[in-house]
Amino acid sequence: MKKGHIIGLGIIAIAIVIIMTSIGDASSYESFSTAWEMKQDGDDKAIHVVGQLKKDGSGQVTGLEIGEDKTSFTFMLVDNEGTEQKVYYNEPVPADFQRSEQVVVIGSYREKEIFVADKILMKCPSKYQETDVQAAGM
Amino acid sequence: MINTFVGNLGHFMTILAFVSALVTAYAYFQYFRANEIEKASWRRFSRISFYVHAVSTVMIAASLFEIIYNHRYEYFYAYSHSSKALPVHYMISSFWEGQEGAFILWAFWNVVLGVVLINTNKFWEGPVMIVFALVQAFLVSMILGVVIGDLKIGSSPFILLRDATQAPIFELNPNFVPEDGTGLNPLLQNIWMVIHPPTLFLGYASTLVPFAFLMGGLVMKRYSEWIRPALPWAIFSAMILGMGIIMGAYWAYVTLNFGGYWNWDPVENAVYVPWLILVASIHTMITFKKSNTALKTSIVLVILSFILVLYATFLVRSGVLGDASVHSFTDLGLSGQLLIYMLFFLGIAIFLAVRAWKHIPTSEKEASVYSREFWIFLGAVTLGLMSFQVILPTSIPAWNALVESFGGISNMAPPADQIEFYTKFQLWFAVTIALLTAVGQFFWWQKMDKKALKEALVTPYVISVLFSAAVIVLAKVYDWKYMIIVLAGMFTIVANSVILFRILKKSTFKLAGGSLAHIGLGMILIGIMFSSGYSDVISINMSGLTYSNSWEDEMNKEHVLLWINKPTQMKDYTVIYRGRQKKVVGVPEYVPAKFLESTGNVNEAIAVADFKDYFKKGDKVNLVLEENDYFKIDYYQNEALKFSLAPMSQFNESMGGLISSPDSKIYLNRDLYTYVAAMNDYADPDWKEDEIYEVSPGQQFHIADFVTYFDGVEVMKEIEGYTLQEGDVAVKAKVRVLDYDVEKLLEPTFIIRNNQIGKLPVIDTELGLRISLENIIPEKNQFVFKVNQYQKDYVVMKAIVKPYINVLWIGTIIMLIGFTVAIFRRFDEFAKMRDKGLE
Repeated sequence: MKKGHIIGLGIIAIAIVIIMTSIGDASSYESFSTAWEMKQDGDDKAIHVVGQLKKDGSGQVTGLEIGEDKTSFTFMLVDNEGTEQKVYYNEPVPADFQRSEQVVVIGSYREKEIFVADKILMKCPSKYQETDVQAAGM
Repeated sequence: MINTFVGNLGHFMTILAFVSALVTAYAYFQYFRANEIEKASWRRFSRISFYVHAVSTVMIAASLFEIIYNHRYEYFYAYSHSSKALPVHYMISSFWEGQEGAFILWAFWNVVLGVVLINTNKFWEGPVMIVFALVQAFLVSMILGVVIGDLKIGSSPFILLRDATQAPIFELNPNFVPEDGTGLNPLLQNIWMVIHPPTLFLGYASTLVPFAFLMGGLVMKRYSEWIRPALPWAIFSAMILGMGIIMGAYWAYVTLNFGGYWNWDPVENAVYVPWLILVASIHTMITFKKSNTALKTSIVLVILSFILVLYATFLVRSGVLGDASVHSFTDLGLSGQLLIYMLFFLGIAIFLAVRAWKHIPTSEKEASVYSREFWIFLGAVTLGLMSFQVILPTSIPAWNALVESFGGISNMAPPADQIEFYTKFQLWFAVTIALLTAVGQFFWWQKMDKKALKEALVTPYVISVLFSAAVIVLAKVYDWKYMIIVLAGMFTIVANSVILFRILKKSTFKLAGGSLAHIGLGMILIGIMFSSGYSDVISINMSGLTYSNSWEDEMNKEHVLLWINKPTQMKDYTVIYRGRQKKVVGVPEYVPAKFLESTGNVNEAIAVADFKDYFKKGDKVNLVLEENDYFKIDYYQNEALKFSLAPMSQFNESMGGLISSPDSKIYLNRDLYTYVAAMNDYADPDWKEDEIYEVSPGQQFHIADFVTYFDGVEVMKEIEGYTLQEGDVAVKAKVRVLDYDVEKLLEPTFIIRNNQIGKLPVIDTELGLRISLENIIPEKNQFVFKVNQYQKDYVVMKAIVKPYINVLWIGTIIMLIGFTVAIFRRFDEFAKMRDKGLE
């Protein structure tokens, strides 16, 4: 076999490994119910759940409980199927958390009552969408 | 008064730039086809057309900047990206905060590059400028802002606010102009954000140059000659793009609070990948110049680097990333246009390359293991695999979008732990690259066989093993993976240093670019290993609190809660939070916020007490960005104050958020990085119920945990901000509150006028106390105080030690110097051939 062929085969082999691990390590978007099924099947892989924060009439997030030393908190998230779930996050409350509406939590179930997020991504209403120009400047 | 002139001018210039770009492309096409007699006149016309385009592009930029600079908030762009309080250099950042501005910046650089090319090339002008003009037409179309039926072409930065929003105010008064804009994202208010985007976009723009030369070469059937003029530009592009990436990383390190300089975020990956490919293409192009191999590889890589820049733009700016990125780019509805832009050039490049493919000279003989071509090729392959490994998962959101556009469902998400996922591959690729550069460099400078190779490599190998052993022992690198990195990095540094010295001894510095860049690479590798691999969170929660849930105790708490003035142990340090500070114009140090009171005007405050020699009580002072709070964190070791850090946070109402930036103590061998993750909000305190204390002068008592002394009262002759009348009695109580090593004197006042009582309470936001003197009971010589508590001021903080991060920064600088040396050398070669009239 020529050297070129060996290198070629090597490249293909590495490329296949890369593709396989990319697929294997890729996370997925789930709902809370499918995430719980995964947990019961013994699959502890971190997954993404997209959901909305529960807010009261005045726009305050409800169900927010901040830990005693302020370094962790729990909140309620409603996924796209309408399932409500308590989520624990081991970080201080991010500054723009109150403002955000859609939240993506990346993590897994600890037990039925609690979903532990390793990371949360917040989508804040973009300032571009602000249609009410503040008249306060008048 | 609404000024529509500038906007109309800008919009007109956009249309002019678009049309002139198309005309230029057509004219250069005619020039390219014309016979010798007509060539001169077509060339003159083409150049005039391009210069018209150049001037109009500059005018677009000038119009937009005029709108921002003169605070014309009737324009949507100025309203949503800037505000009056911004200093001029941040207005420049406002310019490219929006995507439209970014496209203008890109188009501007292309124009600059085009002008340089016209004036440095004789032979290549026609085809190169056709590609340039077409690219410009696409770029300008992004800001065209033309709507034909349902079709929207581009998003214009020159639209008026009243046209961009449906705010009801405009129905009442169409000529309404807001007083102020909503401001620049505080994260971008950083000096690195003034220079990082132009650098990055120059890098983006310059990838066009080698691509354009290649297209010219393919069309003119000069399949190999394009390399000489393209090479210096490819190196330039890699240098600038690399610099842009590093600036972005450094900006992230000093401004963002994710605790590092690189996060494998899609936005970062999207520039990292084209850069890798660009570097690979430089190497294969150099090999080709030396030995006529790797031409096809070079062609593929040059095409790929240009297309990947467009793909990166598409990923980042089309909104396809959606939830996948922390960076939020808004979808301006340009995704279709961006896609067409990319596919257009991809299509042309593939067509031309395929058509030329069988005519492209290749060398038949197999490269020997002892040839430099072999090693360079392996390096290029490794860089290619490295890129592939990053771009594949980064494209998952695009893949989902593609599947969904065909009606399928794909719920794939990017890897949950991106850092771990990418690192496990990139680490080993980087080690491979480091080893290849070390070996490859020896092949580069001399002919090698098995014996010569052994001889050449033994000394550097032994030296690097010795050095690595020293590093491993001294810096306690006990992880086998990290040992390998140290060894690989050290081997590159030593081997390339040996080459460097030989070059310097024998010939000139001009040839040293390669070895310098590789030494930089070795240092970067070691620097990354230390600063990331051994990054140590020292703010471990040591409060000893146990949590309600048993499992919660297993979680690593990486933040500490610091109450004001309360010493907290953190590894080798004792830290104390000392309160908020502000930056005042003309004062070289931070000023505690309690010395200042806002006047209500932008960035203006009144001093409520003297502060050193800088200002007196009652002086008006100017603040540097009043929204910024700097939290004073004192670090003690052995009871002695070592240093203070001032991590920043900014509360920006119109941006609707709190943003915090770290502060680092920089040592020669490590950084101590500190940021504030959460803080007290005392703007609108929720006071607890009244507590009543009846005390006599001289008595000690407790308010909450504070030891408090009531030292007595003083009868006042005058009170600030209050006119005393004949017969009024005013009494000031002196209450001393002790909080750890801090003693505070609070002086509530009590006034009696005509049997009416007036009380002036004192609020201390740091202690979270409100005290008022409620009553005086002369018969018992007692004074009645009413106290309300809120909570003491606090911050939640994270502190990380990053060892040897300076090795990384120094390595990047050396690498950039190496690139620069190489640019000069390669441009020199090109210029010599050109001046001989050969090209």
